Amino acid sequence: MNALVARLVAKRLGIMLISLLIIAFAVFFATELLPGDVAEILLGQSATPEAVAGLRKAMNLDQPAFLRFLSWLGGLLTGDLGRSYANNREVADLLAGRLANSLELAFVTTLFSVPIALTLGITAAMFRGSTYDRFVSVFTVSVISIPEFMVATLAVLIFAVYLKWLPALSVANDVQGIGELLRIYAMPVITLSFVVSAQMIRMTRAAVIDTLDTAYVEMALLKGASRRRIVLRHALPNALGPIVNAMALSLSYLLGGVIIVETIFNYPGVAKLMVDAVSTRDLPLIQSCAMIFCVSYLLLILIADLVAILANPRLRNQ
Amino acid sequence: MGNIIEIRDLHVKAKTDSGCVVEIIRGVDIDVADGEIVALIGESGSGKTTIALTLLGYTRPGCAIAGGEVRVAGRDTVTMSDADKRALRGTEVAYVPQSAAAAFNPSKTIMDQVVEVAKIHHLMPLQKAREKAVELFRALALPEPETIGSRYPHQVSGGQLQRLAAAMALIGDPKVMVFDEPTTALDVTTQIEVLQAFKSVMRERGMAGIYVSHDLAVVAQIADRIVVLKGGEVQETGTAEAIIHHPSHSYTKALIEAFHPNGRSLENQAPSAGLEPILEVSGLTAGYGPVGPDGLPKFVVLKDVALTLERGRSLGIIGESGSGKSTLARVIAGLLPAARGSIQVDGVPLGDRVQDRSKDELRKLQIVFQLADTALNPNKPVGAILSRPLTFYHGMGGRAREAEVDRLLDMVRLPKALKHRLPSELSGGQKQRINFARALAARPEAHLMRRNHLGSRHGGRCRHSGSAGRIAARTRPHLHVHQSRPLDGRGGLRPGRGDVSGREGRRDADKPDAVGRRASLFETPDLIRPQA
Repeated sequence: MNALVARLVAKRLGIMLISLLIIAFAVFFATELLPGDVAEILLGQSATPEAVAGLRKAMNLDQPAFLRFLSWLGGLLTGDLGRSYANNREVADLLAGRLANSLELAFVTTLFSVPIALTLGITAAMFRGSTYDRFVSVFTVSVISIPEFMVATLAVLIFAVYLKWLPALSVANDVQGIGELLRIYAMPVITLSFVVSAQMIRMTRAAVIDTLDTAYVEMALLKGASRRRIVLRHALPNALGPIVNAMALSLSYLLGGVIIVETIFNYPGVAKLMVDAVSTRDLPLIQSCAMIFCVSYLLLILIADLVAILANPRLRNQ
Repeated sequence: MGNIIEIRDLHVKAKTDSGCVVEIIRGVDIDVADGEIVALIGESGSGKTTIALTLLGYTRPGCAIAGGEVRVAGRDTVTMSDADKRALRGTEVAYVPQSAAAAFNPSKTIMDQVVEVAKIHHLMPLQKAREKAVELFRALALPEPETIGSRYPHQVSGGQLQRLAAAMALIGDPKVMVFDEPTTALDVTTQIEVLQAFKSVMRERGMAGIYVSHDLAVVAQIADRIVVLKGGEVQETGTAEAIIHHPSHSYTKALIEAFHPNGRSLENQAPSAGLEPILEVSGLTAGYGPVGPDGLPKFVVLKDVALTLERGRSLGIIGESGSGKSTLARVIAGLLPAARGSIQVDGVPLGDRVQDRSKDELRKLQIVFQLADTALNPNKPVGAILSRPLTFYHGMGGRAREAEVDRLLDMVRLPKALKHRLPSELSGGQKQRINFARALAARPEAHLMRRNHLGSRHGGRCRHSGSAGRIAARTRPHLHVHQSRPLDGRGGLRPGRGDVSGREGRRDADKPDAVGRRASLFETPDLIRPQA
């Protein structure tokens, strides 16, 4: 069993590495296509052609793209993410703090949204067709359709401007105590939870309903099992595969897709860093951020697939 | 002897998708005495399962009991509270489902599911329940009773699962067992074993039972009394002997009649000598897996098979599951390339694969697929399904094609109005006929039929088999690929002299007294009551 899981993980990690290589290639050459020249932007309007050429040479920008790709890739493999074009600091240093912030936010949001989404999805499936189920469905559909900047702005208006309960900006640097932490995280977490749980609720409900319609659930009912037992012991284990996959997809959004939330609450995360990097043509930084998003996405999918496989004896014993 | 089950004036209503309320059970009275097994028989849709499920205080979603009483051991399950119903299920009344393969939870071990009843109702300690389950496995003649429980449902065969489902029902020592066509999904040989196992265990424990089935042959094996249902009403009730030998109601007579069709007998068949061969297969070797250096696949399924099909004849291929029947049909159809041997139609060798064959060669051999449900495109109306081969093979269009579709529907005895329906709006038997008409549309020289009646209910199966036989006899020769079933003497398609019975992929013999063949003739339940 453990050997099997180890082999499976090793295989998937191998595939992951190949995917990452392809992604690295795509990311590098996509950023190459970005219009504008770094040297010109850095030197500003007073740039002389000589100065631009000199700077390009100093930054190795005069080398062919493929060579730069190889040296960047070599750097990635040895853990050297390169230097930022914009302020000449190590990309790794720039990223470290931001990534920690992003992960913190993602973690808190996950802790908050996953149990709520699961509970709502499962109970909605249990009481299918009831007023409660309709309410949950209407709620999730409206949350999916309302853009997050709307939710975020409304939250700021209500909680920060009118009620003055929560700070409008989430600067995590000056935290004193749990209460402060909760106050700082409350609005970004609520906004993000709205966005990610809607999809999870819908998928959970659909997957559980699918299994509730099966013959083995009817059989459990005819064995005298209670509704709670039927859902938790019979339906849920078989619905786990689709549910964890929906969760992985939703949660992968928490790193790369949160730019709007990070901007509105002025939260110093990776997504904001990447957008800033785009505006300064800071290619090493853009590339590193893109790679981080891809790695996190692939890891989440790997975990989801593992859970799905372990939950299914048919796949487990292959 | 008292009555353990008393159903009085039961009415059940169902709400259809369009919102109409239909009464599906209209005032049914049924009594079952202690220790008696009563069979409910009737066509699909006659309300058998609905009645059986009311014994557990359950109706399928969309149905509701509209009136009457269902007394089990003196208590009315209609007026019972939900908690009482839960307590009743599994302990007093137990249910054996139609398809055990679907009724077992794929993610839990068999043992966990078998002892679940004991766990839910706190009947006994878990360890004791496990021991009892092993005892039941032994009583039901399951292999490796000690360890079979630790397997998952996908790791045991269909017949074993069906017996395990019975063990799951027996664990709570119920007073009443409800069997919902528990042997439908099994092949004939297994059916007999499973029925015998059920019967001996129930006799031993003096349990009463309701046995729901559409198959008179199965019912004859197990039931003391038979209740014949049609359209939610009881047509006739009587002892098994009386119903089978002296049916009084016209509907029962029709049901019994379906078992004695005027099949051709083995003797009065014209000799095949002198007839022109249409399909000749010789030295056919084929299998699955990677091809080795000797040119043979890793798993050889067919070894040196030869057969000849003459114009106007039908040839049955029978054998146990895994003997290579379907593989033979696949090779002939060109879906699986042969490793060795040749296939000739009208004396012309065919290409190994579908893409190597010309359109006309493809037209000559048509497959009637095993499962009409999956072979018909669910999004196309019947008319479009039948038009497609007409356009593809014969370039037909417009009015000529319409007329041909009408003619095909007429050939398989279906009303023309059906051509606007989707396959999902047809019954199982109707789908099977469309499946057959689709193959006829190509005007083939020969049909390959694969166990194509198993999906339809018995009466329909015989009727269909009869019409297929008549049509085929009038028009084209065909090759039947079956698992024992059609050779039971009920279908219109009796074996011809040239039948091939398959065992381990070799042509065993073509005489009726060959071992494999005798086994299938004898193991088929017929309307003979066992002398118990």
